[in-house]
Amino acid sequence: MDILKTLLYLFVYPGLLFLLIYSTFCEWFDRKLYARFQNRMGPLHTGQSGILQPIADIIKLLFKEDIVPEKADKSIFSALPVFGLAIVCTAALYLPVWHYCKEASFNSFPGDLIVVAFLLSLPTLIFFLAGWHSTNFFATIGAVRVLTMLFGYEVPLLLALLSPAILADSWRLSEIAVFYQINPCLLLANILGFCIAVITLQAKLERVPFDIPHAETEIVGGVFTEYSGKKLAFFRLLSDIEMVVGAGLIATVFMGGFPGGLWWGLLNFVIKTLIIVFLLSAIRAACSRMRIDQMVSFSWRYLAPLAVLQIFIVILLKGFLK
Amino acid sequence: MEEFTVPIGPQHPALKEPISLRMTFDGEVVKHVDVRLGYNHRGMEKMAEERSYIQNLYLTERICGICSHSHTTCFAQGVEKLMEIEPPKRGLYIRTLVAEIERVHSHLLWLGVAGHEAGFDTFFMYTWRDREIVMDILESISGNRVHYAINTFGGVRRDISEAQKQTILDSLGLLKQRTEYYTNIGTTEPTFVARIKGVGKLSKELALSLCAVGPTVRASGIKSDVRKDDPYAVYNEIPFEVCTADTGDVFGRVVVRVNELFECYKMIEFMLKNLPVGDIVVKAPRRVKENEVVSRYEAPRGENLHYIKSNGTDKPERLKVRAPTLANYPATVEMLKGCFIADIPLIFAAIDPCICCAERMVELVNVKNGEASVVSFGDLKKLASEQYKKCGNKPEPVSIAKQLEKIRRKS
Repeated sequence: MDILKTLLYLFVYPGLLFLLIYSTFCEWFDRKLYARFQNRMGPLHTGQSGILQPIADIIKLLFKEDIVPEKADKSIFSALPVFGLAIVCTAALYLPVWHYCKEASFNSFPGDLIVVAFLLSLPTLIFFLAGWHSTNFFATIGAVRVLTMLFGYEVPLLLALLSPAILADSWRLSEIAVFYQINPCLLLANILGFCIAVITLQAKLERVPFDIPHAETEIVGGVFTEYSGKKLAFFRLLSDIEMVVGAGLIATVFMGGFPGGLWWGLLNFVIKTLIIVFLLSAIRAACSRMRIDQMVSFSWRYLAPLAVLQIFIVILLKGFLK
Repeated sequence: MEEFTVPIGPQHPALKEPISLRMTFDGEVVKHVDVRLGYNHRGMEKMAEERSYIQNLYLTERICGICSHSHTTCFAQGVEKLMEIEPPKRGLYIRTLVAEIERVHSHLLWLGVAGHEAGFDTFFMYTWRDREIVMDILESISGNRVHYAINTFGGVRRDISEAQKQTILDSLGLLKQRTEYYTNIGTTEPTFVARIKGVGKLSKELALSLCAVGPTVRASGIKSDVRKDDPYAVYNEIPFEVCTADTGDVFGRVVVRVNELFECYKMIEFMLKNLPVGDIVVKAPRRVKENEVVSRYEAPRGENLHYIKSNGTDKPERLKVRAPTLANYPATVEMLKGCFIADIPLIFAAIDPCICCAERMVELVNVKNGEASVVSFGDLKKLASEQYKKCGNKPEPVSIAKQLEKIRRKS
């Protein structure tokens, strides 16, 4: 029975199948919102109000011609998309959405917050390697930009994620979530960190205003310039799932997780992640692309100090509460 | 990183039309730029020599899809001077009215493109949505959205009714309101302003010595506008200001264009309210005496120049078109030097390039030794088939009769 449950967990909910379906739904939600913000209609034809469009796009890409550049390192070039997808799917497993039984799930352990944050920063490395091994000029420039940007947003993101953990006195996702479910008022103390986390997540997902590594009008497709067909489909899926995992992580840490057993937990998960996707779309619609130097100086001048300030607030609050 | 040279174009997402910018980069900074033209030769000038004047009016309209009225007006003005006819006042007013509405549509389009190049797609979508209002006005006046075909020698082809005047004035109110909103966004949105301020600097002296035209030169603080310097049509009767900015960067070019939009609205309103009564056209002769003329016109992108030489027949002997984009290339090269890769599309888009309008000749360049040569069409064909054979293909003469027979047999 336990094995069946674990398999269900891995492959159906909240594992692979749910992740695939939900991430495409999130992409649709994001695209539709972005379009409505811009006074457009967005996807319309595939399924009810275009809800199946992301799936259709991915299926279409799967059947397209798959070209590997002559000068590229073929094995690495082909392996990277699969690796990337596997990494973000693994990261998704640590989100505390497992509520078949009362106790925390088997893969929850102290410090899983750091593991998820680490797994979420690996796709960046995958993108860099993908761009570098494409040996294309635009892809190389994109790859360098990916790494440069990583130095900008990674530190503020980690600092922002740590502050609620410090307040909850635990580095275990499920415990942090439970702590804030008991004391929801304390969530207000982390609002600054929440804003920073959402902005840095936007940068991690490489969306406007941080879509610098694949700025279409500057460097064509950036790191994905040489990718086509199945591999590009994998990368797109990777970005979608990364968005879900990132939103799930922020929802766990800053919004009190997903309590209420299987069904309420699912509902909680969907609503809370969609709120974050909504914020991400709003940022995307309201900004223009930054330059790489502006992005790095922005995150070190404003985001990092503010994240440190957030930690100070939390430490002071903690002393006050005791 | 070492310096390396990369061709931006002829096919690149930032360029909507084919042009090749060979750039030498040092990391993310541009060191040297080389512009290569000739990817879109349309043979317009040669074509003009084989057509009658009235046919050429419609040919020049098709030089550009955005400033189509600019080219016909420029051509018509020149030919009218050669024919020694003077269009009636009402005709000139309507001609100028369409010109100013065209400027509105061109500038709104440019604002959207600037937004898109900076990754600000929301701005792009909004400005292009409201550009539809202008397109509708143009359609109501001329029946067409792109090639208005309102000009003819000696005046214009269509009159404006009182009802049309009213609808145009009504839509102008909405346009003004929207433009104020865009002015606010385009000059205050922090991420957008950060991208355009101080980018693509062009000093006053450089702008003058490189003969930049239009909003590009006006953004460097020089009051250069054919409408004021050498008034044509009815510009000496209409009150308007020449908009300038002193920053000399892409931000300045945005400011100049946005302010020009407001000037346009003022002028359109003035012209509609003071439209003189009378004829709209006088009869023009078919043949033109031997003479030559240079006609100047302030297109939305800058000074447009047509040189027409007549030889006493009904066809021009020579038509030379200098589109404003061509005049702005030298300045663009200077602006691009020292910028970041991320700024290239913005700086290049800031001159509002219309590459196909500016293309006049093709030069064959040998890639190996860089030698340029002029080749006849027959030689080019021979070269092509030789190259084709070298690649291992056997060009077989195709008989159309045989092909037809094949198709017939199949069916």
